[in-house]
Amino acid sequence: MKFGVVRFPGSCDEVDALMACRRFADADLLWHGDRDLSGVDAVIVPGGFSYGDYLRVGAIARFSPLMESVIEFARDGGPVLGICNGFQVLCEAGLLPGALLPNDSLRFVCRQVDVIVENPGTPFTRACEEGDSLSIPVKHTTGRYYAPSGTLPEDQVVLRYAPGHNPNGSMDDVAGVCNEGGNVMGLMPHPEHAVDPLTGSADGGRLFESLAMVPA
Amino acid sequence: MSLASAPHRELGLTDAEYDGICEHMGREPNALELAVFSLMWSEHCAYKHSKKLLRQLPSEGPHILMGPGENAGVVDVGDGLAAAFKVESHNHPSAVEPFQGAATGVGGILRDIFAVGARPIAVLDSLRFGELDSARSRYLFDWAVKGIGHYGNSIGVPTVGGEVYFEPAYEQNCLVNAMCVGLAPRERLIRSAAAGVGNLLVLLGARTGRDGIGGASVLASAELSEEDESKRPTVQIGDPFEESKLVECCLELLERDLLASLQDLGAAGLSSSSSEMASKGGVGLDIDVARVPLREDDMEPFEIMISESQERMLCVVEPARLEDVLARCARWDVRATVIGEVTDTRRLRVFDGDEPVGDIPVGALVDDVPLYDLEPEEPGEPLYPDPPARIGEDASAADSLLALLASPNIASKRFVFEQYDSIVGSRTVRRPQSADAAVLVLEPDGGMGALAVSIDGNGRRVACDPYTGAAEAVLECARNLACVGAEPLGLTNCLNFGNPEKPHIAWQLTRTVEGLRDACLALGVPVVGGNVSLYNEGGEGPIYPTPVVGMVGKLPEPSAVPRTGFAEEGHAIALVGMFEPALEGSELEKLRGRLGRSLPPLDLAAHADALVRVRAAVRGGALPTAHDISEGGLACALAECCIAGGYGAVVSLSDRNSSNTLDAAVFGEGPGGVIVAGPRDAIDSLDSALVIGEVGGDSLEIEGALSVPVSELRAAYEGTIPAAFAA
Repeated sequence: MKFGVVRFPGSCDEVDALMACRRFADADLLWHGDRDLSGVDAVIVPGGFSYGDYLRVGAIARFSPLMESVIEFARDGGPVLGICNGFQVLCEAGLLPGALLPNDSLRFVCRQVDVIVENPGTPFTRACEEGDSLSIPVKHTTGRYYAPSGTLPEDQVVLRYAPGHNPNGSMDDVAGVCNEGGNVMGLMPHPEHAVDPLTGSADGGRLFESLAMVPA
Repeated sequence: MSLASAPHRELGLTDAEYDGICEHMGREPNALELAVFSLMWSEHCAYKHSKKLLRQLPSEGPHILMGPGENAGVVDVGDGLAAAFKVESHNHPSAVEPFQGAATGVGGILRDIFAVGARPIAVLDSLRFGELDSARSRYLFDWAVKGIGHYGNSIGVPTVGGEVYFEPAYEQNCLVNAMCVGLAPRERLIRSAAAGVGNLLVLLGARTGRDGIGGASVLASAELSEEDESKRPTVQIGDPFEESKLVECCLELLERDLLASLQDLGAAGLSSSSSEMASKGGVGLDIDVARVPLREDDMEPFEIMISESQERMLCVVEPARLEDVLARCARWDVRATVIGEVTDTRRLRVFDGDEPVGDIPVGALVDDVPLYDLEPEEPGEPLYPDPPARIGEDASAADSLLALLASPNIASKRFVFEQYDSIVGSRTVRRPQSADAAVLVLEPDGGMGALAVSIDGNGRRVACDPYTGAAEAVLECARNLACVGAEPLGLTNCLNFGNPEKPHIAWQLTRTVEGLRDACLALGVPVVGGNVSLYNEGGEGPIYPTPVVGMVGKLPEPSAVPRTGFAEEGHAIALVGMFEPALEGSELEKLRGRLGRSLPPLDLAAHADALVRVRAAVRGGALPTAHDISEGGLACALAECCIAGGYGAVVSLSDRNSSNTLDAAVFGEGPGGVIVAGPRDAIDSLDSALVIGEVGGDSLEIEGALSVPVSELRAAYEGTIPAAFAA
């Protein structure tokens, strides 16, 4: 099992994500200018400010050569996890429903929050039980999830902010969603920053652990 | 600004300085040369009024790898690793345009750190504004915080700590000081001295524009005035995306050993970076400004030489390695252009294509700057008015505590630190406000120990007594490190003062440096570098004298670092360290409308010994709680432990009888005291700890003084700053 972590110019959390993946399996960085996914089994699109987030968050990154291969990989059923800016990129790429809007505070927010596992049936959450509460930090300015009415079936809501923990005004407390096939997921919280009690929590490791598990 | 109509005085040079320049040149300088001199001889670049004083500071120690004079100070942290750190001011740009001023302050200090080959791993900020009930201060505060967040968050370096004070003396002249800490393998450190005649000078990063022209001389080396709106064009504009590519690119070039030297472009742009590299290397440099990539057409050669456009670095490359350097830069999409070469002339020669446009001896720019003696004079009358009274003398102890917790200087800074990414990099073991210092592991598993970082400086206490207040700032910083079990390795400082040509400011500066010196000597902590920001005055007078002290220390066991909050019902609470509380200069006195005219004298040696005991107590590993007593005294420190932990406490202060001494005991301040809490046997085993109470209940009760529910304490503490921004 091998993870590939995308590195765009302006990515911030790609090394954190790489280190998190390596706790559970092999992992390597994938360069934005390459088209070759190097045979990885799962792709992480990390947080940060890809291409400076100019124009609109995630809008430029999705046109990079590597993302074309990632989109193809996802359409073939390969697991792709987008974290924060990666979530924004996957929405821009049309791989996930909805969009991320500016936080209702209009400010950056960095805070430890609790999220509840709503759907443990995805490749990203199979190490969890429904209703599990995970303590994971958020840090973003543009994280208010929105999808037009009727475009997000309930089983595609993978994670919700626990009551009182919604940091950005997301619709229905949605923190993470997946595509119809269940093989592409995006979330605003940063599971790669919750893989060790020493730095706050190990709960986020469950997502990487899920991906690294051989499907039952 | 056209140079033809701008003689030396408009550029901030005195007649005597101009004569000196002519003497060193052997002729009158042309317009470009004069522009370069005006920046290199500005207070900001040359430390004309502070250099002699700063020589008093101890700058040697067993851990120092690079001291003052390099882009940043560097200390050995063991296991082949080195920590680079420095604090710098961006005060005047932030007063004119707070978002870009603060953002580029962060960008500039980051470049200082990776210029020595270290990866930036943490940013801290020290901010000063006028009172929060001033709309202008709220605007400056709000946008400075946004600017710091914008740059730090976007570049992926965590902002892990800092401090904010609000005082009337900063109403017209806010302070924005930024500190950065970086980490490097020892063998990858690089110096800025240019070397190797025939080697190439390569400019990396952003294109050069007209932004920041004359920033160092026009903005940073003169008092602020009403017309400063017109100085907006002298404020630089930051682009963190450009810098993030530049960081990765420079670190990769160093990893591959492709550079002979590296220097950032800060104040005075190409002029200062090139002349300092040449001066340190004992060489000359030829620069062709026609090769410099420009953001706008038709820039004059002098503009190219002094532009302060951000996100640029200058490096020296051996010709054989150029191709490799250019290829690496192309991969990172970082612009790289050969703009000149190293010569043996010891002159900075500037060409526009083939045409010579400037020729200056490097020594005249860097080494022959006139240094001035200060003419200090102790003021007979107080320099600052008393602050407005906000509570009565007869307020109860409970009301005083709530007023203190709600006062912006003490109130929770959650509003600020939640706007910063404090965790990127996966090193942050203690986040802002969870412990007295930020703690960052050296390796992911914590096995190599951790760095602790803090930044401190209470300008109001320095205004009461510059010598003692400055020494207290050093002690406070060291105490914050001790509260997480760290031993200081080195200190950096930023001296923010008014106009040093005025005798009373000169006196503040002189006494402050003496206080810093004596405290550093007592603690055995060397000064590895720093920054001086003078002329911080508006029409209503100077700022409080504000030395800001940043320290980096090391601790062996990151998993056992105490937190601020009480951890468990029944834990014993004790005082360790040396606590001699007094009301002079305290936050309570400020709320009562008194500035204070003096501070109690310090026994520095005794404080140094006490800090060793605090560190030993914490390193024992059995204390879940440690918090130093600072603004608001013992009562506020206890309240913060209660709020952070969600527990009450019952505390008894024996042998305090009269109401006067009770006030001093509960709300008095003074450096040295630390609250610790933990299991009773752990507390009993400490060397000279004074048990004062126990964790438990829903209220903070100080017998004979006050009893307040923790929920009320929290509401006062957390409510103030968000309320100031509620529409």
